[in-house]
Amino acid sequence: MEKYVYIALFAPLVSSIFAALFGMSSKKNFVGVIASLLLATSFMASATLASYIAEGGAAIHVTMMEWIGAGDLMIPFGFMVDHVSVTMMVVVTLVSTVVHIYSIGYMDHDKSFNRFFSYLSAFVFSMLVLVMSDNFAGLFIGWEGVGVCSWLLIGFWYHKEDVSPEVNPSISPSWAANEAFIVNRIADLAMLVGIFVLYWNTGSLQYDVVFAELPHLDTAILTTAAIALFIGAMGKSAQFPLHTWLTDAMEGPTPVSALIHAATMVTAGVFLVIRANPLYSMDAVSDVSYFIAALGTFVAFFAASMALVNRDLKRIIAYSTLSQLGYMFAAAGLGAYWIALFHLAAHAFFKALLFLGAGNVMHAMHDELDIFKMGGLKQSMRATYYYMGIASIALAGIPPFAGFFSKDAIIETAFNEGTLILWIMLVVTAGMTAFYSFRQVFLTFNGDHRYKEFGIHPHEMYKFVLVAMSPLALLAMIAGFFQGSFQEFITKLLPNYEMSHHTHELVYYLGGLVLVVAVSGIALAWKKYGNGLKRDEKCENSFIYQLLKNQYYIPHFYAEFISRPYALVSEMMWRNVDMKIVDATVDAIAHILYFSGDKTRKMQTGNLSHYLNWMGVGFVLLLIVAAITTVIG
Amino acid sequence: MIGLSHYLIISGILFAIGLVGVLRRKNLLMLFFATEIMLNAANVAFAAVSNYYHDLTGQMFAFFIIAVAASEVAVGLGLLIVLYKKFGTLDLDDLASMKG
Repeated sequence: MEKYVYIALFAPLVSSIFAALFGMSSKKNFVGVIASLLLATSFMASATLASYIAEGGAAIHVTMMEWIGAGDLMIPFGFMVDHVSVTMMVVVTLVSTVVHIYSIGYMDHDKSFNRFFSYLSAFVFSMLVLVMSDNFAGLFIGWEGVGVCSWLLIGFWYHKEDVSPEVNPSISPSWAANEAFIVNRIADLAMLVGIFVLYWNTGSLQYDVVFAELPHLDTAILTTAAIALFIGAMGKSAQFPLHTWLTDAMEGPTPVSALIHAATMVTAGVFLVIRANPLYSMDAVSDVSYFIAALGTFVAFFAASMALVNRDLKRIIAYSTLSQLGYMFAAAGLGAYWIALFHLAAHAFFKALLFLGAGNVMHAMHDELDIFKMGGLKQSMRATYYYMGIASIALAGIPPFAGFFSKDAIIETAFNEGTLILWIMLVVTAGMTAFYSFRQVFLTFNGDHRYKEFGIHPHEMYKFVLVAMSPLALLAMIAGFFQGSFQEFITKLLPNYEMSHHTHELVYYLGGLVLVVAVSGIALAWKKYGNGLKRDEKCENSFIYQLLKNQYYIPHFYAEFISRPYALVSEMMWRNVDMKIVDATVDAIAHILYFSGDKTRKMQTGNLSHYLNWMGVGFVLLLIVAAITTVIG
Repeated sequence: MIGLSHYLIISGILFAIGLVGVLRRKNLLMLFFATEIMLNAANVAFAAVSNYYHDLTGQMFAFFIIAVAASEVAVGLGLLIVLYKKFGTLDLDDLASMKG
């Protein structure tokens, strides 16, 4: 089985290096094809491992080599394939295989086609290192690796100009890439602190050693580690208040949004909490876990509210990603780790599908993203319409599609834990989710053909791209039916979470309630937008609409109270400290040398006699020095 | 009675004469002579001190210096002849070609 571990892990790396060989040359189709084949190989290997683990095989540990050995610190380059990591591996490699194939079509006209595949495969490799590592150091390396790839890919079109918000509400890709990278650095600092705290107190970074030591640690240390690690997770999973980068990250190419900023990388935070479940399920840190649940619920609601009014197709989906990540954290915080992982997997399928569908629309609309300028696209893009419809139904949580089962399980968990406020918020959010996802579908595909006045002639995506998307559509439809077997599979490793008897009796009422809320959300969306766009000036000018449209003014707040003062302080430091002290000192040294050199240059006359005289002077000086030192000494 | 200090004074005077010659003369050949005078001043001092301490090391050293000085002159004079053939003069003020 060991060889499958290596195949799964290194096939994307080979793919990345292969594509990088052609990085500077013009578009070569075979690069995309070979990259996709290698990713498919990685998926096959992951699936083989999954079936091996599912059949009751023991978790596989491989240690490739000793990696870092310094004093007592021993970090092997080790990988672990167990129930949790194999689930992640299958999800990651499946979605990335589809996205690779999709990209062959989507990036068709891009001159940096080969470079794109190199980055995309490098991302998959980093993500696999992240999920497969058997220690925190490897996890962190993967964590940073996906961060770098995310930066490279958000800023893939780095040459695009920054335009003012009046022309286009988006910002430039290079700005967005930097924002994502810097926000993640802030969170990663906390995560490193958490890892250090654990190492300091347990003497190891291996998961099994650390988790075995946990019961012997103080409450204060456990709480610090739990909080610090969760801050790291908040950055990667874009939880409030570090959420602003995710919507801006939509500046990247759409396959990137589908793979990195919806299906895989942003779920790394949830994965971390699930992986560290022995820590988060301890009684000593129950407050932290409850905070995670509460924050998750808040973000679910908060992000969904911003999605209600947004006009940018990709940003709406980005907000919904944020919202669904909130659901996952809510489940993980309440101790239902397997439900969080189940929602993570189900969400990866339908959200990737939704993004890829949005990519098709973008391709057809010549990069126009404003849904107010679309409408009636279902005539020209029937397949995409179905795909996005399926994904939206799954997202809205209508049975029997995937989202219903996973999201409903989370909402039930909130009820079961007796956290009624969280439950109410999650139910309301489910309704909002249904509304915004169908608002987007109806505005894009139904009603009047608003795009015509902009002279756009939409066309459907290539056939092979549509075929490549079908596995995701299938999974978005049927993934929910595997809930039972998934629970049985995963709870061999993760703590089981069962609803109480009381909840069990009410389960049909609870599910029914959520369903009613979701359906009424869809109905409301149909009523408002089903037959074309009717602008409601009064509503759009209302305070709440403006508040939501401006994302609660949080980006403004950050710009005004963090970025601007920081820029001012930097400017001051530059002018006063850097220029007047540091630079001045360095310049002064250089000036002294230059000046003295210029003055003593005249000594060099080329006349040997003069040199001998100077030698005499030097000799006398040395004599004097020798005499003085003799007298003093 | 002639003692050690007489020899050392002679040696010092010779060395000073040589040094002044090195610093003041402009003719390369004269510079060579001056250097020889300084070397021999050292020889005188070596021989005198050696005799004073009844230790032959100093006299041995003086022989070494004579041998080194002889070979130096042999090479140095050859160079001077080449220089003279090339420039037609041995005056240092006229030989300055590497002004900074």
